[in-house]
Amino acid sequence: MTRYLVRRLAFALVLVAAVSSASFLLARLAPGDFVTETLGTQASRDEIARERARFGLDRSIAAHYRDWAAAALRLDFGPSMLYGRPVRDLIPERAANTALLAFSALVFATAVGLPLGIVTGSRRGGALAAAVRGASIVLLSMPPLLTSLLLVFVAARTGWLPIAGMRSSTVPSGGAALDLLRHLIVPALAIGLPLAAALERLQAQSMSEVVDAPFVLAALARGVPRRRVLWRGALKASLRPVAAIYGLMIGTLLSGSFAVEVITAWPGLGSLMLQALRARDIYLVAGCAGAGALFLALGTMTSDLALAIVDPRASETSRHAEAAA
Amino acid sequence: MTPRAVGAALIAIAIAAALSAPFVAPHAADARDRSLLNAPPTLPRMVGDDGSWHAPFIYRWRLVSQLEQRYEEDRSTRVGLAWLSRGRLVRSDDEARAPLLLLGTDSFGRDVFSRLLYGARISLGLAAVAALGATLAGAIVGGLAGYRGGAIDDLLMRATDFVMVLPATYVALALRAVLPLVLTPAQVFALLAAIFAALGAPFIARGVRAIVRSERRLDYAAAAEALGAGGWRLLARHLLPAARGFIAVQITILVPAFIVAEATLSYVGLGFPEPVASWGTMLHDAANIRVFADFPWLLSPAAAMFLVVLGLNLVLQDARRGSLEFNRPA
Repeated sequence: MTRYLVRRLAFALVLVAAVSSASFLLARLAPGDFVTETLGTQASRDEIARERARFGLDRSIAAHYRDWAAAALRLDFGPSMLYGRPVRDLIPERAANTALLAFSALVFATAVGLPLGIVTGSRRGGALAAAVRGASIVLLSMPPLLTSLLLVFVAARTGWLPIAGMRSSTVPSGGAALDLLRHLIVPALAIGLPLAAALERLQAQSMSEVVDAPFVLAALARGVPRRRVLWRGALKASLRPVAAIYGLMIGTLLSGSFAVEVITAWPGLGSLMLQALRARDIYLVAGCAGAGALFLALGTMTSDLALAIVDPRASETSRHAEAAA
Repeated sequence: MTPRAVGAALIAIAIAAALSAPFVAPHAADARDRSLLNAPPTLPRMVGDDGSWHAPFIYRWRLVSQLEQRYEEDRSTRVGLAWLSRGRLVRSDDEARAPLLLLGTDSFGRDVFSRLLYGARISLGLAAVAALGATLAGAIVGGLAGYRGGAIDDLLMRATDFVMVLPATYVALALRAVLPLVLTPAQVFALLAAIFAALGAPFIARGVRAIVRSERRLDYAAAAEALGAGGWRLLARHLLPAARGFIAVQITILVPAFIVAEATLSYVGLGFPEPVASWGTMLHDAANIRVFADFPWLLSPAAAMFLVVLGLNLVLQDARRGSLEFNRPA
């Protein structure tokens, strides 16, 4: 297990290094740079040269990359030209905002999707099951790009909730925490609703399969009350596929939160990456891409570990995968 | 009607709308009317103000407030509809003064309905081309890896593993952003299709590899080989067809993902340039929050996108169930 963990960690580090290096080089090779984007056509040649030297953009690509990589090994990812602050300070606070958003969406989706899936999966007919199923299919067809547009539209029309940003400019009555919560609702629902639908469908399907399993029939035949069989035995057995899907959802969360962050002006990693790309702020681009890769690698790893604990067979296969590797 | 039939109908309508855009759309995609900015839809009516019945007609919009862009119906004259005139299915009798605007106009005074139809060509076309590219690349890589095994298999699967763990949105954004921002629409189309195909191919490659590997051990493959079928023939004629069902399901997962990806990139300004009509660029026009709260018809590309994805979901509800098993990490 320890060897497996070390291997996964090493792979995550290689991935982060590769992704941030590639984006650094790509952004550096691209036509135009931060200086031409900000100074515009009015600037004199001297001024441009001076600014380029200040940010280290005047060196050859190889030398520039070597210096940047050497500094990055010491966890110094260079200065953000756009914000005038070290990338190392900027990224954690933005990544924390994205993590808060993703985590809230995940909690909402689990709290709503799983129980509904259990209910619809364990009873065949019924108006409730049909209604939930229909709602799920509709929501599954609305990616976060669409749900966030729709929710922002509703919020703007009704004025019930703030539609942009993370905090009000003045702290309203009720305190900062409540204010943050109010800002969180629209973006978290935008990501959480389609996710809840996906969880509901998966859980319903797995539950309906388990309900037909011989052990459920046997328990019922022994006279165990139906309610107890469902909520004790069947539920536990049906959770496995959902547990396995959590690892895949990390990627969905990250890409889903990009569109939502841009639309609702949530100050997260995705909107930071977009700003960095637009301004050709190469240090920030490399930092954001690396942070995104790290986010994904750590998320998948955590969920694989969790799965190994829930389902011993999974860790068996991961050990095989390791042996093959 | 079963859900499946509803889904098939939705997809058929979307494809028909895209194909017949030049005939059905009343206006060109980039035709502007500067006197009608953000005008609401002109609903065709059949009953006049006095309660009398007429052939379908519309009322003209009269600008009431320039500042707020508020319009009022000019009920004094009915403007009739001209069917099958000048190569279009339907237009208004008086296009210059009272154009037919089924979904209103955008902030440039362009007909949203016409742009929606022309946009379907780009958005759906791009998704289809990219899905085709991903399928081809995925089938070749997966087929080769599954058939040859050994070092080639290891190398190819490592490569797909790597692409699959990349943060796809960030990669697509970064790749698009570092290339020159000013490209012709055709170049953007080819570029986005290539990026999407590269990011989608690994998902197909992995499944195809698994299927080819297990099929290869079956008797019919051995029989074909014994009869003298060469490697490529065996792969193309006998082994890959076994992956047909899997590939079909994967395509219906990739197509909606690509439609949304184009919309996301265009929405943030890294997709198609103005004045190209795609569903993403149309949403980009509507991006200003005040604008789409006041002018909801600007969100119609979002509704169109929803209906197409819903159609695909309905058609493949049952088929997809099996594919979830496939995607699940072991």
